Amino acid sequence: MKREADEQELMGALSTGDVSPDQPPWHIASPQPLPAPYELKPMPSGTAGLEGEVIEVSIGPHHPSTHGVFRMDVVLDGERVLRLKPVFGYLHRNHEKLGEQGTYLSAMPFTDRLDYFCSLTNNWAYALAVEKLAGLKVPERAQYLRVITAELTRVLNHACMIGFLLQELGAMGTPLMYAFREREKILDLFEALTGSRMMCNYLRFGGCRCDLPPGWAEQCARVVAGLPRFFDEFERLLATNEIIMARTQGIGVLPADLAISAGVSGPGLRASGVNYDVRKVDGYGIYPRFEFGVPLGGHGDVYDRYMMRMLEMRESVKILQQALRDLPTGPVIDPKARLRNFRPPGGEAYGRLEAPKGELGFYLISDGGPNPYRYRIRPPSFINLTVLEDLCVGHTLMDAVVILGSVDIVMGEVDR
Amino acid sequence: MDSPEQIKARVEAALPGVQLELRLNPAVPAESSLVVGPAYAVAVARFLRDDPALRLDYCSNVTGVDWLDATVKEKVKTRRRVAGEEQEVEETIERKRPGYLEVVYHLYSVALRHGPVVLRQRTRNRFESVQVASLTPVWRSCEFQEREVFDLFGVVFHGHPDLRRILMWDQFQDFPMRKDYVEPDDYEYEPTPHDKILDKARRHYPTGGAA
Repeated sequence: MKREADEQELMGALSTGDVSPDQPPWHIASPQPLPAPYELKPMPSGTAGLEGEVIEVSIGPHHPSTHGVFRMDVVLDGERVLRLKPVFGYLHRNHEKLGEQGTYLSAMPFTDRLDYFCSLTNNWAYALAVEKLAGLKVPERAQYLRVITAELTRVLNHACMIGFLLQELGAMGTPLMYAFREREKILDLFEALTGSRMMCNYLRFGGCRCDLPPGWAEQCARVVAGLPRFFDEFERLLATNEIIMARTQGIGVLPADLAISAGVSGPGLRASGVNYDVRKVDGYGIYPRFEFGVPLGGHGDVYDRYMMRMLEMRESVKILQQALRDLPTGPVIDPKARLRNFRPPGGEAYGRLEAPKGELGFYLISDGGPNPYRYRIRPPSFINLTVLEDLCVGHTLMDAVVILGSVDIVMGEVDR
Repeated sequence: MDSPEQIKARVEAALPGVQLELRLNPAVPAESSLVVGPAYAVAVARFLRDDPALRLDYCSNVTGVDWLDATVKEKVKTRRRVAGEEQEVEETIERKRPGYLEVVYHLYSVALRHGPVVLRQRTRNRFESVQVASLTPVWRSCEFQEREVFDLFGVVFHGHPDLRRILMWDQFQDFPMRKDYVEPDDYEYEPTPHDKILDKARRHYPTGGAA
């Protein structure tokens, strides 16, 4: 009897009433009232009508979601972002001053360290500006090699960017490792060609440093042939995933007019529906020879920016296939090209190209000396951050992390 | 697209009394630049952005250039009497040019797919009169880039909404991209100083000391 009474007391209301005793208690609707909504603390004094307070949070500089040493000063109302100021410069080494102190050639390896995922497009942008300044011609084979390496870089960058974005959405590791698996194949190609996996230092003014090693083109063709399968797999894994769609669609919308005014470039600009690809507009190198499309987004949200990268990788494969098919023989650099004691005539030039992260430009002023009088980099990730506050305001803090991931920044380039 | 000379004529026709000057670029003649006085900079920028034939809606690149005091050699043709006859003679004149800071804007048109048009603003000198007009109200992309020019060159942008240092820390005093910038003496003891480090060590310990 005593024991039964204890049980009755323990079970409380559950064992009374018309509930059969063998049904587990978690099937029963909770008799407790719903939790009261979270109450904000009232302001200390004199602010009648206002409830609660906003708090200021400094995210970073050492935070796993900030892509390196990047800080965001955020003002929050609950979880909503009211104001967001990006703070950077932790990796600043005054790259431009270094470029002005050395010769033209000695700045080439430094450009690798800007956007360290895409050293080959950085090399090309610098070589393009110097060639424009000095009026140098580039041999055919070198032009093709530049396109091949640049498009491989684009595939590598976009795949990794998607991996990191998914990491920030909470997909820990798997998509990133899929991307890194493909990146590894491309980095092996870079290592065979340039001797280095990431800091390639491959281009020279008027050509490339060295020709392909034997068997490289065939190996590259095999890697390129395997890429569409990876894209299909990647897209099946991600594109229609319910969580990804819920977390990215309608988040961080960038209107087209703001994107143009704020100088946003690259996939971020095209995701807002602006048809502007420097490869098509300037037609630098030999890009007018290739058939490829420019994917455009319709909404300008995080999902579109993710999708832009997926589609651009497929276009890059088209370019790669055409370039590998048409690769001519011949020299990769004019044997009479001067690398040492190179002195372009006085004047200035601005060379730009479509790097994976956006429009990368180099502005050079020559006074006829062996080193540039002014050496300026137009960094796409730095300028794309201009609109970060506009994208994040009104969204929750966890969305701000995803929006930052969709802008695709590398601190080596932002801080220079 | 119009040549820089034609653009200059159009701007002068639309904005009478504007201070506009053409700076020739020997390397790439199509990228000669327009130098605008600070009083007219915003008006000229708005014209370049809104003119239907130009529509330069995309300010790609903003940067600073530091020009130190220099002596400029100019060739001038004068008439002089040489051996009793009046002749045209070419003479080289040396002229002192005071230093100034310059801000360079590279403008493109996304709508019409042309560019670049290069716009420049100059400060009066390098020390106390370093103001130019901010073009952030015209192109939003100038916001961070003008902050960077302020940070590294010390150009003050009048009308910028949030002019703070961006790459260096707030307490930093000097402007490191200027040509006459001197690095602070941050020598750290090194057991075997050599080459440049040795010079630095000697400067750091003028009386002998560790080095």
